[in-house]
Amino acid sequence: MNETSALVILFAAVFTNNILLSNFLGVCSFIACSGQIRTALGLGTAVTFVMTMTTMLNFVIYHFVLMPLGLDHLTFIVFIAVIAAFVQFVEMFVERFSPRLYFALGIFLPLITVNCAILGASLFMIIRDYSFVQSVGFGWGGGLGWTLAIVLMAGLRQKMRYSNIPEPFKGVPIAMIVTGVLAMVFMGFAGMMSIQ
Amino acid sequence: MANKQQPSNCSSCGSGGMCQGRGLVTLKDGVWSNNPLAIQILGICSALAVTNRLENSLVMGAALVFVCVGSNLFVSLLRKVTPHRIRMIAEVAIIATFVIIFDQFLKAFYWDMSKQLGPYVGLIITNCIIMGRAEAFALRNPPLLSIVDGVANGIGYAVVLALIGFFRELLGTGAVMGYVLLDGAWYEPNQLMILAPGAFFAMGIIVAVFNALKGPDVEGKR
Repeated sequence: MNETSALVILFAAVFTNNILLSNFLGVCSFIACSGQIRTALGLGTAVTFVMTMTTMLNFVIYHFVLMPLGLDHLTFIVFIAVIAAFVQFVEMFVERFSPRLYFALGIFLPLITVNCAILGASLFMIIRDYSFVQSVGFGWGGGLGWTLAIVLMAGLRQKMRYSNIPEPFKGVPIAMIVTGVLAMVFMGFAGMMSIQ
Repeated sequence: MANKQQPSNCSSCGSGGMCQGRGLVTLKDGVWSNNPLAIQILGICSALAVTNRLENSLVMGAALVFVCVGSNLFVSLLRKVTPHRIRMIAEVAIIATFVIIFDQFLKAFYWDMSKQLGPYVGLIITNCIIMGRAEAFALRNPPLLSIVDGVANGIGYAVVLALIGFFRELLGTGAVMGYVLLDGAWYEPNQLMILAPGAFFAMGIIVAVFNALKGPDVEGKR
């Protein structure tokens, strides 16, 4: 088992091994929803919450149900079912108990089921053989890192609206290239710590 | 969306003039004019992650063709018996089944490749292209045509992936699949291209090239 402390994993997942900028997870919704800072922040919060909870749930299910029964080839289908069910549950719960939160987060929740960052975090957790505490650190850090990246990007895109971009590069291409620059910036953290 | 045509008269086969015509249209749509990756910008996560080497890109492309064909076929076969409300979960279950088959195949016969692709094979489940094709095409078209659509979109994805993989490996290491193309004597490999930022740059440039080739009509989309 991997011995890194959970705190190191948390910070590494935010900065050095940012789930979006170095592992390319969740780029689809990153490109689609980074138009405005408010939206980006809402989606980021929802992703962070769901990612933390689902890595915990999936950890428990993988190590206490799938492994003892020798069903690890069903990992993918079980994980995606857990994620979908959890998102559905949260949606109903939030709608029932906090209408305000529902209006803030509600529209983002269905999007999250198909956000590959969520499933990706669970799969990385299995591949890297994290313990439970490490998984929580990784899930939480991954979500925070994703939020940080999308909020930064939203800020940049709000400014970019006024710049003169060559015709073919408008829209997605320039967003990708700016993300590349952002990824280079985050590579600057790489010397501090790393997780495998 | 591209598939505005009415469901064709022939309900289950690809034979007959009309169906063959539609087959070609569907093929061209998926590979070129409505390319899932470069035009619709779907499923870019895996496209960025595995393209640091051409070999990985080709395997990933093959995986996508396989899963897309399989899921399109079965979603289409079951389209009349699937209740509308649970169609999403049914689609996910079908897609996940095919992804598991491919993953087990890689693990059994190409262990090194399976290690290199890591979680990205599993992440095909959440690849929006496959889900998108199942929703937009297979649910309302006969099985054979759906297979064609799966092949077309899979190939469209694979071609762009191979393009990105080729240039990233070439510029990043000076060699492609073991063949040295840019000699180390005068070419200094640019490591950045095989790292994360290179992926974003390459993808951005490819999409821009497609935009430029397709002309100004794409512009309205964004």
